[in-house]
Amino acid sequence: MKDVEVVLVCGPGGVGKTTVAAAIATATAVARDARVLVVTVDPARRLADALGIATLGNAETVVAPDRFPERPRGTLSAAMLDTVASWEDLVRRNAPDVATAEALLANPLYRTVTSRFAHSHDYLALERLHELRASGRYDVVVVDTPPSRSALDVLDAPRRTAEFFSSRLLRWLVPAGRTAAARPFRLVADRLLGARFVADVTEFFTRLATLESSLVRRTTEIEATLRDGTTSFVVVTTPEDGPAAEATALAAALGERGLAVDTVVCNRIHDDAVLDPGARDAARALGRAADRLGARLAGSGGEDAAVLARLLAEAGSSFADERVVAARQLRVAEELAALAPRVVRLPRLDGAVGDLTGLVALGSLLLD
Amino acid sequence: MTVPLLDRRLVVVTGKGGVGKTTVAAAIATAAAESGRRVLACEVDATGALAAALGVGPVGYEPRRVGPRLDAMAMDTEASLREYLRRYLHVPAVGRLAPLAAIFDFVATAAPGVREILTIGKLAFEVRRGAYDLVVADTVATGHVVAQLAAPATIGELVPVGAIRDQAAWMQEILADPARTGVAVVATPDDLPVAETVDLVTAVRSSTVVDVAAVVVNRMPAAPYDLGVASAADLFDPATVAALRSEVGSGIDVVADTVRRARRRHERAVELLAPLDTLPGLARYRLPELIDHPPGARATQVLADLITDGLW
Repeated sequence: MKDVEVVLVCGPGGVGKTTVAAAIATATAVARDARVLVVTVDPARRLADALGIATLGNAETVVAPDRFPERPRGTLSAAMLDTVASWEDLVRRNAPDVATAEALLANPLYRTVTSRFAHSHDYLALERLHELRASGRYDVVVVDTPPSRSALDVLDAPRRTAEFFSSRLLRWLVPAGRTAAARPFRLVADRLLGARFVADVTEFFTRLATLESSLVRRTTEIEATLRDGTTSFVVVTTPEDGPAAEATALAAALGERGLAVDTVVCNRIHDDAVLDPGARDAARALGRAADRLGARLAGSGGEDAAVLARLLAEAGSSFADERVVAARQLRVAEELAALAPRVVRLPRLDGAVGDLTGLVALGSLLLD
Repeated sequence: MTVPLLDRRLVVVTGKGGVGKTTVAAAIATAAAESGRRVLACEVDATGALAAALGVGPVGYEPRRVGPRLDAMAMDTEASLREYLRRYLHVPAVGRLAPLAAIFDFVATAAPGVREILTIGKLAFEVRRGAYDLVVADTVATGHVVAQLAAPATIGELVPVGAIRDQAAWMQEILADPARTGVAVVATPDDLPVAETVDLVTAVRSSTVVDVAAVVVNRMPAAPYDLGVASAADLFDPATVAALRSEVGSGIDVVADTVRRARRRHERAVELLAPLDTLPGLARYRLPELIDHPPGARATQVLADLITDGLW
């Protein structure tokens, strides 16, 4: 079987990860004869519309080829990660029998526990990825992950799940483990939560424990695929101090886990034409000579010279602000260059990317 | 009539990741302290970011003085559980229960809402104790805050009896009182943060008992020039640019282009914020994109002054 390429797109919140993931997938489908899938966590309405996916549900939707600006060589599909539906799939697949699966799904605690189970979302993202990779339906899978701290949680989710199932705590809860050593623990739990609730929880976890061997085996497989060279990591950030610091910490944390960042995307960077000395001089001149220039312009258009002078002065100082920002961004972008062998700078766009043409254009900057 | 933000006792600050929630929380706390109130700023996800925005090093679970009338602390749910067990349940010799960490894992993982209630419970406790006029919480991002605010109610539904349930009642009372508790949602003028803000305000109002006190728009791009005072025509039309070129040099083309784009960004921001106008019954603040202050104590101070002025 041909290896499936996986691209994990991660980074701090609010930097445009989802758009970058969608752009990579779209441009890949255009340029290569490959079956490409993008899995997004939380697409903006317009992006979801551009890809033609519903904002809810796990279904994979094929993006119609005629919606592309040029006929793609491959195919593009898009999907959401729906936590509720994914948990149900997971329970049904891994339960030893139908009765256990149904009992789990019917437990009053099931929904609250699964939706708030620490890191359940992260685990499911990987679980889903594994599923898609094994399905043979795709050659390239691009995954948009939740914000940076959670990106690490995503990577650690398999290990944590395995730990959870092997923990003393779970053994205390299931009937076989109700030893004398567990008694003080149960006393406190009963007192805090009431014995009936503890009994409900116990039943829930007793059943959940039947999924253990199957889940632990899977998590081991999932972890291996992150390291076998078929997964590449793309870290997205904006060239601002806060997000850049988070991205740097993320890259370091990936390194500690033996994973390397392949590409850093520096998104929404100012046009560096702003840094041109000629433009700086022109803007300064606008400010200095605003009164004279205002009077001159007013002469032809019949407008108020004082108003024009003020506008010109404001324009000059607005440009100066833009220069301050651009210079700072340039410095941050240069620091980010040390994080990965490949750094891609994407320009700041005037609006959100809202169609496939925009995604293809952005994506072509992201691919080599 | 909406209770003014700073007159409440507990302000829970939330917003989509990346919108500057922490800086805004720090600014609200600073503005309140400068108005003479005794303030506790609490960071819920304990990353040290709130302390940094207040210009100090990391803080712990015990509140520490970080400025005039201003204390800061970081939430630690295990420490909160310890305090809780000691204070309310009189669980003897908590320290001798070796597997407290395991119990905590059980309580937090197995029992939904418990981690949340230990967070919100600590905040409510500080309000009830009355050592501060205002507690400002920099909480988790939007997705999770409804669960946090609804925790006492969730506990009430899921846990039929038990000490935690009993404690949930007075917390609920504090949370449900708009004179005491309010949520401040932070947004930037972008598609997703605005959409999430509208959704969140709706969700908080429908799924929790907590009042939404304010929407804070952060990083509003400045208007480079106000067309309202000029003719409707663009300031930098081709004829004007040509006239200016001979006066200030060819660099004017880049200047004109840059300023036009900045102007468009501002106009677009105003359009994107329009859905927020449909939200009734809350205070609004609009804070500018800060050009020369990266996040930190100075940026916080600039924003605190604007919050004091109450600008929209």
